[in-house]
Amino acid sequence: MKKSKAFWAYLLIGIIIYAIVQFAMSSGMIGSYYSNMLITMCINVMLAVSLHIIIGITGQFSIGHAGFMAVGAYVSAIFTMKLELPFIAAIVAAGIIALLAGLLIGIPTLRLKGDYLAIATLGFAEIIRIVILNVDYVGGAAGMTVMRETTWSYAFFAMLLTIIVISNYTKSRHGRACIAIREDEIAADAMGINTTYYKVVAFGIGAFFAGIAGAIFAHNFYIIQPGTFGFLKSFDILIYVVLGGLGSLSGSVLAAVLLTAVSTYLAEFPETRMIIYSLVLILVMLYRPTGLLGTKEITDIFKFGKKGGKNV
Amino acid sequence: MTNLLLNVENLGIQFGGLKAVQQVNMHLNQGELVGLIGPNGAGKTTTFNMLTGVYAPTEGVITFQGKKLNGLDPYKVTQSGISRTFQNIRLFKELSVLDNVKVANHSLAKHGIMASIFRLPNFFTGEQTMTEESEAFLKIFGLDKYKYELAKNLPYGMQRRLEIARALAAKPRILLLDEPAAGMNPQETHDLMELIAFIRKEFDLTILLIEHDMSLVMGICERIYVLDHGQLIADGTPIEIRNNPKVIEAYLGEEVAENVTSE
Repeated sequence: MKKSKAFWAYLLIGIIIYAIVQFAMSSGMIGSYYSNMLITMCINVMLAVSLHIIIGITGQFSIGHAGFMAVGAYVSAIFTMKLELPFIAAIVAAGIIALLAGLLIGIPTLRLKGDYLAIATLGFAEIIRIVILNVDYVGGAAGMTVMRETTWSYAFFAMLLTIIVISNYTKSRHGRACIAIREDEIAADAMGINTTYYKVVAFGIGAFFAGIAGAIFAHNFYIIQPGTFGFLKSFDILIYVVLGGLGSLSGSVLAAVLLTAVSTYLAEFPETRMIIYSLVLILVMLYRPTGLLGTKEITDIFKFGKKGGKNV
Repeated sequence: MTNLLLNVENLGIQFGGLKAVQQVNMHLNQGELVGLIGPNGAGKTTTFNMLTGVYAPTEGVITFQGKKLNGLDPYKVTQSGISRTFQNIRLFKELSVLDNVKVANHSLAKHGIMASIFRLPNFFTGEQTMTEESEAFLKIFGLDKYKYELAKNLPYGMQRRLEIARALAAKPRILLLDEPAAGMNPQETHDLMELIAFIRKEFDLTILLIEHDMSLVMGICERIYVLDHGQLIADGTPIEIRNNPKVIEAYLGEEVAENVTSE
């Protein structure tokens, strides 16, 4: 039961962080500039973690993640703006429709491997974007105006839920099956793992949380446009996962937080922003080629001795 | 009549114009230890791949306990009770030794995805059973002291053992071993053979073994099938095989075979 004790400890730390930030925000210690950055961080962490389960855990190289985010964003916007339903219903609906989109895309494309899967998912994400671009009901290229409903609480708890669900999934027999597929698909198959099923499940869970991230994102900036969800957004998410270390959940969280901070600060220097951002990426990849944390988790660092390895 | 477990009739596979394996007839009775030998490229591993569903045979019928196996996906073949190891080790390298075995234990526990995500009570009992089962297997194979090591950090001989442990954890009735002693020194090979004999008795297994080491095959197998150029050229007891001119010819060439038989 030691494991669940650690779980509650981490949950407590999370809630303390939430409470401190919430207090600082309501008392005006954190201005709108920083509170916006914190909300963006939460959204990016959700996107990174939801892609992590597809690429880092199951090893399926999908680079169309912004497509699911777009589905979530637009579905939630339709729910709040056109159907005038509460925000929370819109978030749930965004997740479910994105999940269905994930299954729809995953079932045919997941028979492909490596580069071919990457291209197919990229193609599907572009299809989603272009369909949205041509539907007048959601405003086409001009975009859709959305009420601002996202608060720090929504963003933080959605992020916490994403991390808990994906971390719990990974540490179960189902998560092990996914890692086995990443390590050696033929061997996983030979050990009685239904590889197609688990690839689709991972894809579905990833799409679900990308959809929720999309809903939070849509209600944070007053307007959503199809252009926001282009392949550059997909690559941004991919960078979080690769930079954090493929297979490390805390790595992708860390990378998403750091890169969001870097790009927010660099917004003050628009001319050199992308140069510095690219330099940061190149330097990290040169000095940490397996990503910030490799395949380790940040919790492993605090756990030395506990597992009773050879050092003890 | 002994208890027929696996029956293979007229099995064959064609890759494009190449007939890799053809007209193979073989059977396994409950509890037997059977060898499958043949020169390099004879089609031994291809036959294994057909038995385990990796390749779909283009002709012939495989029946296991009266059920047809052709065309089933590999995971279904494994779940129905045929498990295997690989010639070139295929462990889950970045997983711990314990987790490698737990992956094979997958179908034993029943907790679903929702139970895992929300940590429902049957998640804990399910995972607990899996851990206990897997640790029991590791103990038999002398791997329990490595259980938290990553599989890739194990010495070579131990990796081979872990592969067999993992295959066993899938609870097979038939175990297919593809060159389990490849790359092992004589001492390791000897230990491995004792281990195979032990698990066979302990788990009431039927074993089909591909092996290059002749002394080993002759020593422990009760029957042997010999493949050459994709065809079955002989079957019988080790003594019959040893004196079969066709087998000697396949391994050593025609001239030597003539000399040996004339002596």
